[in-house]
Amino acid sequence: MAYKINASSCTACGACEQECPNDAIYEKNGLFAIKTDGCTECIGHYDDPQCLGACPADCIVVDKSVPRYQA
Amino acid sequence: MQSHSAPTGMSGTPGSSVGSGAIRRVIPIATAQGGAGAGGGCSSSSCGSGDGPADLPAHIWEKVKDHPCYSSEAHHHFARMHVAVAPACNIQCNYCNRKYDCANESRPGVVSEKLTPEMAGKKVLAVAAEIPQLSVVGIAGPGDALANPAKTFKTFELIQQTAPDIKLCLSTNGLALPDHVETIKKFNVDHVTITINMVDPEVGQHIYPWIFHNHKRYHGLEAAKILHERQMLGLEMLTAAGILVKVNSVLIPGINDHHLKEVNRVVKAKGAFLHNIMPLISDPAHGTHFGLTGQRGPTAAELKALQDECEGDMKLMRHCRQCRADAVGMLGEDRSQEFTSDKLDTIATTYDPTARQAYRDFVEKERADQRAAEAEKKAALAGASEKALVAVATRGGGRINQHFGHASEFQVYEVSAAGAKFVGHRKVEHYCAGGYEEEEAMPSILDALQDCAAVLVAKIGHCPMKELQAAGIEPVQDYAHEYIEASALAWFQQRLARRAEAASLVA
Repeated sequence: MAYKINASSCTACGACEQECPNDAIYEKNGLFAIKTDGCTECIGHYDDPQCLGACPADCIVVDKSVPRYQA
Repeated sequence: MQSHSAPTGMSGTPGSSVGSGAIRRVIPIATAQGGAGAGGGCSSSSCGSGDGPADLPAHIWEKVKDHPCYSSEAHHHFARMHVAVAPACNIQCNYCNRKYDCANESRPGVVSEKLTPEMAGKKVLAVAAEIPQLSVVGIAGPGDALANPAKTFKTFELIQQTAPDIKLCLSTNGLALPDHVETIKKFNVDHVTITINMVDPEVGQHIYPWIFHNHKRYHGLEAAKILHERQMLGLEMLTAAGILVKVNSVLIPGINDHHLKEVNRVVKAKGAFLHNIMPLISDPAHGTHFGLTGQRGPTAAELKALQDECEGDMKLMRHCRQCRADAVGMLGEDRSQEFTSDKLDTIATTYDPTARQAYRDFVEKERADQRAAEAEKKAALAGASEKALVAVATRGGGRINQHFGHASEFQVYEVSAAGAKFVGHRKVEHYCAGGYEEEEAMPSILDALQDCAAVLVAKIGHCPMKELQAAGIEPVQDYAHEYIEASALAWFQQRLARRAEAASLVA
C-alpha cells in the first residue's frame, strides 16, 4: 500500500488522477492525494506505477509509513 | 500559446534587441510570399501569415478570416480567449517548468486560474457578452489540451451548446493527437496547433527529457523518436480530415536553429497551413532546464532572419504574442483579470450573438475599404526601389488610433513598392504612466524603434516628439484614426517626394 504525494511540490495538475487504474487519487484542498488503502502500486495493471510516470513535478514517493503492497 | 503580455523588459521580448543594420539587411522583398501581393493588391502582402482572399484558397480564408491567431489580418479585428481547463501535460520540455504555466507558450511565472469545464462554459458566455470582437475560444493548457481529453472535450461540448457561433481551437504537443482526431472532428474543431520543435529525434533528445506514453515513461532518444512519430501521424491525420493545422516551433539557438528549416520543409509537405517560429523564452528565474543551464533565447534579428528564410510559398506567422493559457482579448492585450471566476457572477451570461454578428459584418466592410485604400496608395509607389520600417500605435481595428504614450507595443510595417507588410511587434514600456510622463521609459522606446524611420500615432506630446526627432525617427500624427497600411504607404510616398525635392535642389 504505498505511494504518496509530496504536497509541497504538487502542482495540482491532476495528471496522476487521470492515470490511476484504482481511482485512488483525489483532490484535496486544491492539491491531490492518494488513498493509501486504494493504491496497489499498479501491480497487476501495469509494469510501472502510473502516477509516478505521469507526474511532471516528480513529487510522488513511496509512503514508508505503510508496508509495500502485496498482490 | 500565445502572448506575452509579459512583464516588460523580459528576455526574449521581440524587438528589444534588434540591430537596425541587421534587420534591413535580412529583408529580401522576394521572400514575402513570392509576390502574392501582386494579385490582390492589398493586405495580401502585408502580413506574414498572409491574408486576404486573393492570397488563400477561398475555403481556407473562410476558416481563418476571423481567427486572430491564424490570420495576421484578423488579429487587428478579432479577439480570442483561452480557457485554462487543461493543467496536466504528458511530456517534459526543457523550456518548461511545470510549477508554472508553460514558459514559452504562456506567460512565465504566472499560474493561470484553473477552471472546470462548467466554469469555462460560463466564462465564455461572460466574455462573449462583454467583448463583441470575440470569435474563438481555444484550449492551450496550461499543460496540454489532449493530455486532459475529458476536460478539454467536455468544455468544447458545453461551449458548442451555449455559444454555437464561437469557433473552437486547441493546441497540443501532438503526443496524444492520433488518439483524438475523430473526437476533434466530432466537435467541429477546425483549427489545431501542434508544437513541433524537431523532425529528428537526435535533435529532439536535447529538448525533451521524457514523455509519458502508453502507460510508460520514456526517456532521451527513445522518447523523442516516439514523440516525433506521433506528431507526424497526428499532422497527417488532421490534414486528411480537412482540419487546418498551424505548427508552432520554439527557436532554441544552438539546438534547433538550423534544424527548423528542415522542420518547416517537412510540416509544409505534410500539409500544415501556417508555421509560427517563436523565440525561446529563457530566464533562470523561471526555473526551467534551459533557464538554469544558461541556454539563451534568439535575438529579434536571428528570429526574423530564420522566419525570412522559411517564408517561401508557405505562410509564416509573425504576429504571435505567446499568450498565456487564460488570455482574454485582442492579441497583445490581456483582459483576463476582468473575468476571474469571482467576477463571473456579476456579468450577464445570456447567449446573444447579434452584437458579434453585427461586428463581423462591420469588419467585412472595413476590410474592403482598407484593401481599396492600400491598393490605391500602392499604385502610386510603383517603381520605387527603396523601403523603410514604420512603427504604428494601434488599439486594433486596423487603424492608427493610439496615443504614443499609451502604447505598450508598436506594430512594425515594412513599406515599399510591394505594399505595407507587417513584420512584427515591439514591446515597450508605457511612456505615459498614470497621467505623468515617464521620462525613464524613453531610452528603451528609442532602442526598440531604432530601426524605424517613422512612428505613426494618433497623438504625441511635445517632449517625446523632440526626442524621437533627435534620434532620427519621424513622429507622424497626420494620419490619426486612419487605416494603417494606406497611411504608412502615403507617408512613405511623401518621404520619397521630399527626398527627390531635396536632391533636385542640391543638383
